[in-house]
Amino acid sequence: MVVIGAITVLAVVMMTILSPYISPFNPSAINVGPLLQPPNSRFPLGTNHLGEDMLSRVLWGGWVMLQVAILSVVICSIIGVTIGLVGAYAGGFVDKISSLVMDSIYAFPGLVLAIAISAMLGPGVINMALAIAVVYIPSYFRVVRSQVLTVKELTYVEAARALGAKSRRILTRYILPNLLPSVVVVITLNFADAILTAAGLTFLGLGVPVSTADWGWDLTYGRQLLFSGAWWVIGFPGLMIVVTVWGFTIMGEGLSELLNPKLREIA
Amino acid sequence: MVEPLLTVRELSVEYASKRGQVKAVTDVSLFLDKGSTLGIVGESGSGKSTLGFAILNLVPSPGRVVAGKIMFDHTDILKQNEDNMRRIRGAEISMIFQDPLTSLNPLLKIRDHFTELFRVHSSTNHEDSISRAGQLLDDLGIARERLSDYPHQFSGGMRQRVMIGLALALNPKLVIADEPTTALDVIVEAQILELMKKLKDAYGLTLILVTHNIGIVAEMADRIAVMYAGRIIEMGPTNDIFADPLHPYTKGLLESAPNILHPERSMRPIPGSPPDLITLPTGCKFHPRCPRVFETCRMSDPLPVECKRRLVACHLYA
Repeated sequence: MVVIGAITVLAVVMMTILSPYISPFNPSAINVGPLLQPPNSRFPLGTNHLGEDMLSRVLWGGWVMLQVAILSVVICSIIGVTIGLVGAYAGGFVDKISSLVMDSIYAFPGLVLAIAISAMLGPGVINMALAIAVVYIPSYFRVVRSQVLTVKELTYVEAARALGAKSRRILTRYILPNLLPSVVVVITLNFADAILTAAGLTFLGLGVPVSTADWGWDLTYGRQLLFSGAWWVIGFPGLMIVVTVWGFTIMGEGLSELLNPKLREIA
Repeated sequence: MVEPLLTVRELSVEYASKRGQVKAVTDVSLFLDKGSTLGIVGESGSGKSTLGFAILNLVPSPGRVVAGKIMFDHTDILKQNEDNMRRIRGAEISMIFQDPLTSLNPLLKIRDHFTELFRVHSSTNHEDSISRAGQLLDDLGIARERLSDYPHQFSGGMRQRVMIGLALALNPKLVIADEPTTALDVIVEAQILELMKKLKDAYGLTLILVTHNIGIVAEMADRIAVMYAGRIIEMGPTNDIFADPLHPYTKGLLESAPNILHPERSMRPIPGSPPDLITLPTGCKFHPRCPRVFETCRMSDPLPVECKRRLVACHLYA
């Protein structure tokens, strides 16, 4: 499972990275061909209402999303893990407050919160990443917190303390490394969510400038074109989103089984 | 007279719980001379481990030392701030834990466990700490090459030896061993005890041995403190206590263990179970189970009195 997922993800990433070299046209160049052509030999995935080549747009379209996803995952994993680690280790008041804040973020539907934040911050890759990051911090926080609560009671943590180790050192050397496997799983699963949310944001026009080649953006106007029978404008970018998200999810699920032997026994 | 290395005076530790205060340790006083070994015996929940943690000022939350004083080598342990205390832990007083399988970090090589420790406490450079760690492994009977192994590559007994090595690495003045052999099988247990004895002489250690296994203290300890319901009910030289236990509980404890000198004697368990530490019985805490209970026992808690070179808290000797 991990392998299938990883191959899919890798294929999408490679495709996106290589898009400048392999795409036949500039994805944002209009009138490279007739308008709204169905897939044919010259334009394998057809053209849209501006005469842009859909194949090129599909190849390029992952750029923004992957950037946003990577950036947001980095931001929110760092913040989420730190808060979870410190909150759970310190316990008491600190733990209560951090849990309360995290739970209240968690209480919002993810996309709605992301929309609100990105509407506040305005468009752009970094702002989108920030908006998505805020939404997913609690996922990391929860996983990390529950693990820390278990690990900090283990004898070797107690032993480290009895032999005079500092709290910070116990956190970084004894607790953090032991929960990295679960964080890795959350990261891969979170990638899928981040991509979906990013697609949602651009679909709603909150993400990137109009001319940018982006799957989510293609969905927006493709939706209108669908009624005139041009399924290829919305179909191929949509398919790419599905494939990408599927790849990350499969990889995440596989990793979590692999890294968590207890789960593997049950399955 | 030389001042004892460790003096505990009227120490009480309580854990907060929803049902009320759990009185884990009550009014415990003891002293320990340099180079001697004190065995603390008692059933599960008699407060012996808590006492060990209190000496390191590491009573796990929600526990709290509510009264008493601990003097270690002219230092008032309970008045030290966290920084000072950290310097004492591991270097001056160290601890060996019950479960060797979980007391080493599974992600650190054996070598890193030692370098961590040296890093925390002194400025020794990396090479020095590694050669010191190797030397310790030699003493423990483990091949030096195994420094670069991970804990899971070691057996339980070897892991416990590594733990002992870690506890001794900085030449502490006092070592608290909290049931060091409970998780090990008898043969490994014998090896570990043999090793501890050897190291005790070699390093001139002062040792507190917390255990429920009365056989171990018989072999290792100079003096024994018997704990029941958080109190020391009898304390004195090992041989005296084994030859002539005064407190009915101590007697019961000895009779409930196999006796190698008198194998024909059958083992007799103590009836009943240890008291609930939240709602303790009135008077003597042992009276509901005591075979020699009389009127006074139900009314008042006996104070420790000196009798035949030892302390005993029982109305029979008051």
